[in-house]
Amino acid sequence: MTLLQGKAGWSLLIALALVFPYVVPNNYFLSVMTLSYIFAIAALGLNLITGYTGQFNLAHGGFMAIGAYAVGLLTTDYQWGFWWAFAAAGAVCGVLGWLTGMLSLRMTGHVFSIFTLCVGYIIYLLIEKWEAVTHGAVGVMGIPAPAHPFGGEVDTPIGQYYLMLGFLVLGAVVMQRIVRSILGRSFMAVRNGEALAEALGIPLMRTKRLAFVLSVIYAGLAGGLYAGHVRFLGPELAATHHTFELVMFMLVGGIGTLFGPILGSVLVPWLTQSLQFLQDYRMVVFGPLLIVLLIFLPHGIVGTWLHRKARREAAKRAQAAPSIPTVSAPHTGARHA
Amino acid sequence: MELFFQQLLNGLTIGGVYSLVALGLTLVYGILHVPNFAHGAFYMAGAYVAFYLMGSLGLNYWLAMAGSAVAVAVLSMLAERLVFNPLRNAPPLHDMIAAIGILLFLEAGAQALWGADFHRMSSPYGQLVEVFGLTVALQRLLILAGAVWLVVLLHLFLTRTTTGATIVAMAQNRDGAALVGIDATRVTLMVFAISGALAAVAAVLYAPINLVYPAMGHLVITKAFVIIILGGMGSFPGAIVGGLIIGLAEAFGGFYFSTDYKDLIAFVLLVLILSVRPQGLFSKGAH
Repeated sequence: MTLLQGKAGWSLLIALALVFPYVVPNNYFLSVMTLSYIFAIAALGLNLITGYTGQFNLAHGGFMAIGAYAVGLLTTDYQWGFWWAFAAAGAVCGVLGWLTGMLSLRMTGHVFSIFTLCVGYIIYLLIEKWEAVTHGAVGVMGIPAPAHPFGGEVDTPIGQYYLMLGFLVLGAVVMQRIVRSILGRSFMAVRNGEALAEALGIPLMRTKRLAFVLSVIYAGLAGGLYAGHVRFLGPELAATHHTFELVMFMLVGGIGTLFGPILGSVLVPWLTQSLQFLQDYRMVVFGPLLIVLLIFLPHGIVGTWLHRKARREAAKRAQAAPSIPTVSAPHTGARHA
Repeated sequence: MELFFQQLLNGLTIGGVYSLVALGLTLVYGILHVPNFAHGAFYMAGAYVAFYLMGSLGLNYWLAMAGSAVAVAVLSMLAERLVFNPLRNAPPLHDMIAAIGILLFLEAGAQALWGADFHRMSSPYGQLVEVFGLTVALQRLLILAGAVWLVVLLHLFLTRTTTGATIVAMAQNRDGAALVGIDATRVTLMVFAISGALAAVAAVLYAPINLVYPAMGHLVITKAFVIIILGGMGSFPGAIVGGLIIGLAEAFGGFYFSTDYKDLIAFVLLVLILSVRPQGLFSKGAH
């Protein structure tokens, strides 16, 4: 079991991911996995604002679409290089996220979620109707693949796979740095009690806004990668069900944990792929499955595992030294119930 | 001037539909404090059930409407029993996501049963009539009359009957209501049934001048959310007034401004109003 934890566990996962292209029979599996990594980056971002900071943002898919469209439009209509456009996608999302956060984070709880749902709709409707800029329902075609640093493009399935894997690892490392830092602790303090966090001297609005901006930058960059991978964009990308999918990934894996969103983003698409024979009925199975999971496994797979581990360790400690009060669970599992 | 009155009527009819949907949403929010994202799916389900009853069983419009109201009320109560009740003590995030689960299920279900195509629902009231020198579709007058009648009926039910009073009591204070002997389970189920039935009736009224398709609830439910935020979450008059405001804003905005961006008006209105008054238009304070 110790093999699956900490640095060893992560190295094992990365090793598995590195050999993955050589053990799968065809490019189809590779492409499913590549797409999973892209959505995992977006899900990591959503987890920062929802899992760690406690604000259920329903515009996340919209921001991913903004990032994708930024790359798509800048590379095709304005002939920017891919990576310049990619950086711009992050910047655009950051600025728009700052503005949206300034308005929306003044609301709390349900109102915030509903407000961001409406923001998501505004993004969708703007992309669909503002034909002069976004090409409307026609979409953006002919987006170039990411440029290779030594010339050419990363357009082979295997090259794309390693590129997205690289970004996912980078994203996860940066996220780990964020949540383990004092900043991450202040995010969690806000989640666990806004009034208490404020009383401890945490500037509430600034902290929440920072979490929001960081999270939508993740979404924007994931969107940029999506544009470079799929190379065709339509307004459908901004539809609310993409946000719902990201929420599902985060929840299945384990909300408020580092590994949860990644696990969910990889696991859920594989599940739905294997349910392919159900075609249109997929969601008929998946909707109830999600509800069952919420009722019986509310912390997701990783969250439940961490909870059990924390409980076992606490019990062991209590046995070994009954006089020492037990320390609380490791912070990744310490989501308030 | 005639065009102005045409738009006024259009605004009132759409506003009526929005009000009915928002009323159901606000009732459930008042009792459970759950934003029911599945409400739009109930609306969609209502339209499909009526479409099926009329098309395959050959029932007339009114019977189909009644049948669909009953069916969706049952569906709504099932959702409460099977989903929201087990999650009673879970964090609010879980309720919202569970509602999304119901939404995915119902939409995929409708698509699996009837396909992703757009269907047209026929209505026996397709003709045009002349009222005060205005030529209007009879169905629009029907929507307006239906909405007004339902709102008045619901108002009388909530204020004049003991059963209605139990709902109001629960909305005001759950524990207090339980202390004076009100059966919380029964009231919750009743509210879900009323809310589902309202959504179904609204859908059947509106479907003949719109279309029936799996995603038909999306915009309506999102606008209903805009309405209850503006009107104050859980507020009964807020839902009615908010519905009419959004309906009129859309009709006039679509006519004088741009039809393409008509659907944006509600959301832009929300953003503008909430940036000035984060607590909503009619709510008195925090909730």
